[in-house]
Amino acid sequence: MSDVTFHPVVKMGQLDEDEAVQVIVEGKEVSIINLGGEYYAMDDICSHAYASMSDGYIEGDCIECPLHGAQFNIKTGKAETPPATVDLATYEIKIEGDDILVGLPNG
Amino acid sequence: MTTDQTFVIIGAGQAGGWTAKTLRDEGFEGRVIIIGDENFAPHERPPLSKEVLLGDAEKDVCLLWPPGTLEDAGIELRLGVSVSAIDADGHTLSLGNGETIGWNKLMIATGGRARPLPVDGADLDGVYTLRSIEDAEGIRARLVSGANVLVIGAGWIGLEVAAAARKRDANATVIELADRVCARALTPEMSAWVHELHVSHGVEIRLSAAFDHFEGDGKLQRAVLGDGTAIPCDVAVVGIGLIPNTELAEQAGLSIDNGIVVDEHGQTSHPDIFSAGDVTNHPNALLGRRVRLESWENAQNQGINAAKAMLGTMQPYAEIPWFWSDQYDANIQMMGLPENWDETVIRGDRDAGEFIEFYLKEGEIQGAAAINNARDLRFTRRMMTSGKKFEAASLADPDIKLQKLLKG
Repeated sequence: MSDVTFHPVVKMGQLDEDEAVQVIVEGKEVSIINLGGEYYAMDDICSHAYASMSDGYIEGDCIECPLHGAQFNIKTGKAETPPATVDLATYEIKIEGDDILVGLPNG
Repeated sequence: MTTDQTFVIIGAGQAGGWTAKTLRDEGFEGRVIIIGDENFAPHERPPLSKEVLLGDAEKDVCLLWPPGTLEDAGIELRLGVSVSAIDADGHTLSLGNGETIGWNKLMIATGGRARPLPVDGADLDGVYTLRSIEDAEGIRARLVSGANVLVIGAGWIGLEVAAAARKRDANATVIELADRVCARALTPEMSAWVHELHVSHGVEIRLSAAFDHFEGDGKLQRAVLGDGTAIPCDVAVVGIGLIPNTELAEQAGLSIDNGIVVDEHGQTSHPDIFSAGDVTNHPNALLGRRVRLESWENAQNQGINAAKAMLGTMQPYAEIPWFWSDQYDANIQMMGLPENWDETVIRGDRDAGEFIEFYLKEGEIQGAAAINNARDLRFTRRMMTSGKKFEAASLADPDIKLQKLLKG
């Protein structure tokens, strides 16, 4: 048994390039991001203040918080610019047919 | 090489805190000392007129980092103590307690203080200004159901106090000398929107109203306007602007002109003394003029930039200024300091309270203001620095993504 469970969250084609969308998986806000055709997932709530990262714009490999401008690396979750100093968790993405699935740790 | 150096930071606010942290993040191994006259670890102030005033959060919400972060980084905090003088040539400073501290490089991040109202009765119990944690906690204790709260000055602080008063079921009256709210920061149309927001929440706003004095018997009882009108009130909050704390710098012989004069690196007229935040007057290449900004983001980023300059990495600092306010359920944001424009474009639904206004001059965006649309507002900065021209009709069309306009 795997320690990650994959949940279907969006369909291929629903998310334009360099766009992000918030999904709620088991009560948790997760941002699904289409970065130049590759899909990534990270915690959607900024580690600095309560804001949805998926409302932010993508610049390079980073997504920028719409509230105070903190940027996080989409691939690693690293807090790249202030005011954030705490990284965001990232999650595995799997594509099965038309479905984009995000893997959340069990338990 | 740097381990025997001491860098001292005067001021434990947003600019001072970020300066200290950046010195360490950039690898500085010498002593870093922050001196703050408020007895509280480095903190930011926006929550003081918002969450803290509403009672939704305690003062710890203002801390820049979790307790212990700076101590763990080997940064010495000297809190609750003020600096009485700087000896620039001697590279020392004196504390209020008589102690002398030597420094190799100095950061002055002394911010500002609320401008007082020099009128009779301003010392009565119940008359406040709002700048410090102590101020916010004092006002909050008085924002109780049924209290009569008078706000003098319809700027951001004043309007946030009025919003907090109404949310706590107190009565709120705002008086303003100008003929509209936030006249310095907002266009007439945006002023009107914010005005209506407050009226719809039960605030009484009196415009073009001159203030005369306060009356009371030890405790505030009423405020008297220039035309003789008396307004009964238990609490008054004066929000008429900020005075930069330049006295130490001036006494140290530094150049002062509406704030401490710094260059694009945060360096003052003395090569070993730097300054950042609300107290500085800095050249902004993007705006093409000198500005003194009272802004959270400027304090953070100018502090970071100046810290790097203190370590010898000279990168010019200039950003399009960005400001925000929260009132009731409205998040209000502004980008830029537009001085003149020939076209205003509205994108979104003004009546539903979710829109952005762009201010254009010959197709170039001079600035923008938004209600509940932080996403587009922040993106405006990229559009402004792109040097591109934009068509009003495209900007106004919510079906055309701003990203596409920038790329196209």
